[in-house]
Parts: sequence; C-alpha cells; structure tokens
Amino acid sequence: MTNSWTDIKNTDLVIIMGGNAAEAHPCGFKWVTEAKANRGAKLIVVDPRFTRSASVADLYAPIRQGTDIAFLLGVINHCIQNDKVQWDYVKAFTNAAYIVKDGFAFKDGLFTGYDEAKRDYDKSTWDYVIGLDGYAVVDDTLTNPRCVWNLLKDHVSVYTPDMVERICGTPKDKFLKVAEMIAECSSPTKVMTSMYALGWTQHSKGSQNIRAMAMLQLILGNIGMRGGGMNALRGHSNIQGLTDVGLMSNLLPGYLTLPIEKEVDLETYMSTRGFKPLRPNQMSYWQNYRKFFVSFQKAMWGPAATPENDFAYDWLPKLDLPGYDVLRAFELMNQGKMTGYMCQGFNPLLAAPNRKKLTDALSKLKYLVTMDPLDTETARFWENHGEYNEVDTAQIQTEVIQLPSTCFAEDEGSLTNSSRWLQWHWPGGTPPGEAKTDNWIMAQIHVRLKELYRREGGKFPDPIVNLDWAYADANEPTAEELAKEINGKALATVYDTADPTKVLAEAGKLVPGFAALRDDGSTSSGCWIYAGCFNENGNNMARRDTSDPDETGAYSKWAFSWPANRRILYNRASADLNGKAWDPSRKLIEWDGAKWAGYDVPDIAPTAKPRDVGPFIMNPEGVSRLFSRAMMRDGPFPAHYEPFESPVGNLVAPNVRGNPAARVFADDFKQFAEPASAEFPYAATSYRLTEHFHYWTKHVRVNAVLQPEFFVEISEELAAEKGITGGGWVRVWSKRGSIRAKAMVTKRIKPLICDGKPVHVVGIPLHWGFTGAARKGFGPNSLTPFVGDANIETPEYKAFLVNIEPIAGPVA
Amino acid sequence: MNMELSRRQFLGAAGAGVAATTLGALGFGDIEAAHAEAIRAFKLVSTTETRNTCPYCSVACGVILYSKGDRKKGEQAEIIHIEGDTDHPTNRGTLCPKGSALLDFVKSETRLKYPMIRKPGSDKFERVSWDEALDRIVRLMKDDRDANFVEKNKDGVTVNRWTTTGFLAASATTNETAWETYKVVRSTGMLVFDNQARV
Repeated sequence: MTNSWTDIKNTDLVIIMGGNAAEAHPCGFKWVTEAKANRGAKLIVVDPRFTRSASVADLYAPIRQGTDIAFLLGVINHCIQNDKVQWDYVKAFTNAAYIVKDGFAFKDGLFTGYDEAKRDYDKSTWDYVIGLDGYAVVDDTLTNPRCVWNLLKDHVSVYTPDMVERICGTPKDKFLKVAEMIAECSSPTKVMTSMYALGWTQHSKGSQNIRAMAMLQLILGNIGMRGGGMNALRGHSNIQGLTDVGLMSNLLPGYLTLPIEKEVDLETYMSTRGFKPLRPNQMSYWQNYRKFFVSFQKAMWGPAATPENDFAYDWLPKLDLPGYDVLRAFELMNQGKMTGYMCQGFNPLLAAPNRKKLTDALSKLKYLVTMDPLDTETARFWENHGEYNEVDTAQIQTEVIQLPSTCFAEDEGSLTNSSRWLQWHWPGGTPPGEAKTDNWIMAQIHVRLKELYRREGGKFPDPIVNLDWAYADANEPTAEELAKEINGKALATVYDTADPTKVLAEAGKLVPGFAALRDDGSTSSGCWIYAGCFNENGNNMARRDTSDPDETGAYSKWAFSWPANRRILYNRASADLNGKAWDPSRKLIEWDGAKWAGYDVPDIAPTAKPRDVGPFIMNPEGVSRLFSRAMMRDGPFPAHYEPFESPVGNLVAPNVRGNPAARVFADDFKQFAEPASAEFPYAATSYRLTEHFHYWTKHVRVNAVLQPEFFVEISEELAAEKGITGGGWVRVWSKRGSIRAKAMVTKRIKPLICDGKPVHVVGIPLHWGFTGAARKGFGPNSLTPFVGDANIETPEYKAFLVNIEPIAGPVA
Repeated sequence: MNMELSRRQFLGAAGAGVAATTLGALGFGDIEAAHAEAIRAFKLVSTTETRNTCPYCSVACGVILYSKGDRKKGEQAEIIHIEGDTDHPTNRGTLCPKGSALLDFVKSETRLKYPMIRKPGSDKFERVSWDEALDRIVRLMKDDRDANFVEKNKDGVTVNRWTTTGFLAASATTNETAWETYKVVRSTGMLVFDNQARV
C-alpha cells in the first residue's frame, strides 16, 4: 500500500477491483465502512461475481475476468475526452511532458521491437529523447505530438465505452456511470482510493493491470494524498516482509537486485545502477544504491567483506536467466534438472498451477524438505488418497524429510502488513512436541553445513564458512539480534557528510536510519529500507502508542512503517507546486518557507524547495511515469491482451494470443485451450471464501465446519443450459485436469455478453485438499494453466477455460 | 482514540473496585462476602496475556493470547483463549471468521510434533530425531552442491551458483526469520529461491 488501512477513512470514493476486501480482508474493510458512514464516501465494485463487497457497494459493475486493462484504459480515455484531469498535478508531477524517441510505436497490439521467437522486445526505443544537456527533453505545453501525454491519448483512444462493453461484457451504461464517478475525483479536493489484491495480480498481465490503475490515479492527482493511493491489500500476513527482505531469486533485500553473469565485478554491476538524474535538481534517491549494497554485503559477510575483495561481490551467485521463480523451479524439476527442494511454510502442491505437473515434478526429486507447523499436502505428495491424490507411491523415489515448526503463537518477531507497518509480536504458548522455531531450524542447517565444509572441504566453501554469524548462541539467533542486524550498525563512527563535526552514529552503535549508511564498509545493514526499525531508541516495531493528532489516521507512533516511519508514500505530492496542500482538509505535509513539516515524515529531503525538487524521489525524473520507459517487459503502456485461455479472441489485436511477452514453456503451451474453444467454452476463475485462509484453515476445525464442502459456483442460466441442479454433482475439467464438485447455482454470477456472445463464468473456491480437519476436496490448481505474469511470474489463476457437465453423485 | 488504559489495567481496576467499594457500599455482610469468595474467578484473570498479530491476512489484526503458564518465567504455557486486541488501531478488537478461530489453529490435531522421514518408495513417514533429520538434510545438500555447483560459466566468468537445489520461503514467518533464511540460503549460492508473494 502507498497508504494504510486506517487512512482509507479519509477517502471520497473507494474502488474495489481485483479484490474482495469485505470477504478476504474483513477487519480492514471496516475502514471503507467508516468512510461511507462518516464522510459519505461511495464504493464501486467491479468484479465478475456479485461479491459481499459488491453487496454493500453504491455501484456494482460486472466485468469478464482478464479484461481489466480495457476497462481502466477506457476510464482514462473518458477522463481525457471529458477534460477530467487534475492538470496542475499531471503537468508538474508526471512525465506527461516528456518527449519519447521517434522509433517508439504501438501497432497491431505490439510495441516496437517485438521478437516473436523470443517472446520478448528490443526495448531500445522505449525511452525519452535526451537533450545536449544530458537531461530528458520536455514540452511543458503538451503540444509536441511525441510527448507522453499525446502518445497516451492516442494509445487509449480505441477503448471507447462501446469497445469496453464488447471486450469486458460490462453494460455501457454501467461502465459510463463508473467512469463518471471516478472522473469526479480529478478535483483537487476529491480523492479516490484503489483497493486490489490477487484478482489483479494473478493474470499473465497482472503488473500492467496495476499500472493502468496507477496511471489513472496519477491523472486524477490521487497519489500521495490522504484517502488516495494504490493500495495492494496483499495476501499472507508477512508476504510484504518476505518480499521487502528480498527472498526471491533475483533480489537482494530492500529491492536491490542480484547481479547477472555479465556483471563480472562490482564496478560493472554499479555501472547500470548509477541512477543519474534525468532532470535538473532531482534527488534520484537510488544514487545511494552503492551504500545500501555495500552495507548489505557487510551484514552478510562482516569482516570478510573488504574493499580489496569488492566487498565479497563474487560470493553472490550470478544469474544466467531473468529469475528462478516457483514456476521455473517446477519446470526444471519436471525436466529432471533438480535434485532437492526445501519448502518453508509453503504448500506448493496446492498453491502452484497445474497439479499434475507439480506431482510429476516432485516425484523426480532426490529429496524434499518441508518445514511447517501443519501437515501439508506437499509433504505427503507421495501418499495415495484416491481421486484426491492418485499416485503410485511405490514408484516415487523421493526422500521426504518433514520438520515441525512453531506457529505465530509460539514465535517472536515482526511482520510487515500491507500498510507497511512492522509490528512486533511475542510468543504466548509452548510449542507442541518437538516443534522448533524457524530460526533454530535455519541456524542448524547453516551450522551443520558449515561444519561439513570445514571437515571435508568441498566446492567453494568461502561464502558459507565466512557468513557473519556472531550471535550469542550460534544455534539459535534471537529475533532481537536479527532485527538489529536488519536495521544496521556503524562499524566505524559515521559523520554527517554535510557537517563532518556531527556524529550520526558512534562506532558499534545501531544506525538511526538509512541516511547514515555508507559505501566504504563502515556500516552494515541487512535491509536498508528497514533501517530505523530497531535503533538506539529501542525496538520501534514494538511501539504501542495509539495517539493520532487531529485523527488523520496516521498513527505515527504505532509500530514502525518503512521507509523511515513514513505513513503515506509520495506525501510531497499531497501539496501543490508551492508546497500548500491541494486540499486543506487533507493536509499531510506543507512547506513552511524553510522546510517540509506536518503529520507525516516528508517523502523528500526536508529542506528541498518546492518547484525545484519533484515528489517522486526514487525516479531519476523526479516525477511519476505515465510512460514507464523500458522498465516493464511487456510495454511502457498497458495494452489489452486476453488471458492465454480466453472465451473470445482479442478484439483490438486479433493476431495476438495472450500477453505476447509472457514466458511460456513449450510443454505448457500445448496444454492451453484454444481461444474461443468449443471444447472448453466456459470462463473459470478462482477465489477464497471469507471463512477460509488458503490451505491453512483446512486444519482448523471451526473453519472446516463453517464451509465444509468443496463446490463450484455457476449462474442459473448456465445451470439451465446444462441441466445442472443446485446441490447436484458436476464434473469440471480443463485441458490439464478434472475435478468433481457439488454445484452452487447462484444469482451472484450472471452470463456476460461479450461482443454479442454470452460468456458463462464458473467460480472455483480454493481451500480443500487431502490433509487436515476438513473433508477432502480439490483445488483450482488441478485445472489452472502453468503460465505467469510477464514481469513477475504470478500464475494466471483468475482467468482460464473449463467445461462442465452434471454427473451422478458418489454412492453414499 | 487514545487508549492509555490497557485492557489488563482495566480488568485489574474493575476487579479491585468491586471488592473494595461496590460490595461494601451496598452493605453486604460477611455471608455475602463469603459467597462472593466462593464464586470462581473470571477465567481470564488468572491467565498470562501476550500481544500478537493474526497470522492469516496482511491486515495483521492485533490479537491477545491468553495462556495458562507464562513463557517469560520459563513455564509451560498453554494457550486457552485468543481474542482481538481492542487497542489495535486497525482492527480495534474485531476479528473475522478466521481470526476468531485461531485457537483451533494453534491446537489443530494436524500440528506437527516430530521430525519425520519418508524413505524412497515407502508408504509411510517414520519418526526420527532432530539430529538424524538435520544431519541427513545437510548431507543431501552438500552432496548435491559439491556435484553441481557452478564456479565459472562457459566464458570463464565467476558465477558461483547452485541451481539444482531450491528453497521456497514462506509468507508468514517473521522478518527476522526471513533475514536469517536469506543469509543461510544465499550463502550457499542458491538461485532457485522464491517466496509466496506470487500466489
């Protein structure tokens, strides 16, 4: 989230699209209710299903899953055509005026530079014209036909209300009503918030779904505002934290990136990470990259990371591929190219797509290790459970080691929620049996592996035997020790660069924040964006002061919010060019003539003069991007692409199938149903019920009882067409698998008319498996395609094709 | 909303208030006092309260764990009740159908208690000691790493990577565990490293 749950109370309009907060995030949704009750805010829900969020909405608009970009670009087109733009904001705070290189174009659904064989682009034209002064060329009058604004205007012009209706199946009058309500928020004193979750990410163009809304929010001037922003509701309790700390194949903590193999040394690595400002005076905060990187290396390898060895640069593995995400992992496993796999609190047999492929892949491993508080399906993938897990146990040669770990109630430490709050928690119970904390388990793996290397030698032991492990008990680092290491320490005394007589941190002390980090090896910090979480003031994540001056919803003394305890990102943009709040009733920070001050930690240097320095300090432009240059694999603007399995062809680019830049493995392409397939005519989607949390609550008796039985949801129209009765049994199958379920015939789903043809939606809730307290059942991943988002590889769970037929029920 | 009075203080103060003032003021005599003594105390008064957060979704509602026994004193602690934390700014004491049933998660019958090994081709898990399990894991890891670790690519560039064993990290472990996991995994040169953010 750019904002926070408690900030939602400040909004005028909530749009829930790509999520279902009332059911999936019920206690966060109360802040929508607050906004509605206390300031008359309105709620719009756009979803293929009439969800519980929709049931309390002021306006519900149905949409066919996988067509959100057409809808959103339609809204942007509406705003541009009707002059519903917050012009002062757009001109000053976005790259609308930047001139784009001549070669760049968009034609027949493709941007310049497409290579069909590689399913990738040569992105060299996706950039600004750079002037002789070294800065991007801009046209503040927005008259140059090559400026971003005019390119955008042209790009979205095809998404008329009629086209939106044809693609999305949203009736034109409903779409226009939504567009009009949103457009009202182009006023500087009206603000909309966007609440989204996996309904947007789980698509082969998930990142662009989110970009499309972010662009709309910029055009309306809603980023940086109280009650505004882009608010990813997120899934699990610490998925924000795990991502911040960089537990992904291509990341280092704090959104630094792992070197690729072309980057042979530290200087080459840094040469593409200099982030020279693209406009005069801009902060371009990533210019500090080297400080964060070197401090990270020092946190990893302590005294062994020296200037002489490039701070142990060679000890980081170098990537030969863009990433080894979970889809690639299972692809490699299925090709027999992997020996071992370790799952820590993750149940991929139900969570990753194409169940059959997953079982085949796990069966080819030599060893599998699971660490979990619960008995997961993944740990028992080799066990035969009839139709729910039809495997030949004796043939599976994988050795499986299952380790019992503690759960939240027995563990100490911090979790980062979607508001970016790091909240500390304490253990209240004794773990069952011999269950151990993850900290102990991971330490044991390290300590024992290190001992083997010391004793036996082996391949390149240096990064293992030199890993900084100066904990009081090497067998189990404490949460507090680790938190201090994440925060960072001054290894030598750190002085203020502006005033060398001023000490920022004495040698041996914790750094106050990331501004004290240095690139000469005199500081360490595990995750720079968390610096400040545990400093000499103590454990700021454990703060429990509920004061909230003037009830802005900031709660600045509750826990710690990264970065730098900032509660609303880009908050400089809440004020106009001169530093005065766009909306005095939503004052956040203002320029007082000498500095920025207000309710929040300024997201800009406190003395950076307005007009000189732009609000988007992480970008070398100092402004936000309506045109994202070459930063996304599938285009600098979002464009409508159908899901890989779609009930209709692409109306705006008939020759393009799926997202043209999404990675697809050869065997998986053969397992996709054709567009508008007669064999698989129905558009399926997956979701969670409010009583369930993924596969965990299967183990929880109360929740297993509340929603006991697996079902699929279909419309009355489809039921009538197929002769299916409510409560009757059906078979649902895709090109990859088949499941059996009871039918829930509902008014919540209606057929959508897309380009004159009815599209029936089949809803498949996720929860069931074959372990735990719940009845056995299937998950949607028995059916879903093995393909992810072009940029970040989130699997396409929300839009795929199935067929359905009534069947006789099991004999009781 | 400035809740300076914690829940614990409130319960404590309310209890004391009843004993010292209300009963006396209403003129109850010894019999009534003896009767009041005989009534079993409110169960939660004798428990240890611990602040925690709900592990499910990323709203991260504040919860209070009530346990018999206090871990901080080195005692066995059995959690007997979990409820929403009224001081928490986001949830203000409320919990959803999942959070309300957290006790059944903590006490689930399918909570794991012991390390287990399933041998190749076997149809069952067998209990092993932690030492056996961990020594076996690092043996398997080291054998694979020594056999498949790539120090230089075909162009002779140092790459120091290991792609034949992978690690899938969680989504509900603490940041501190995440950092420790990062250190342990990355120091081996492992590249097949991901978390649950994608799903």
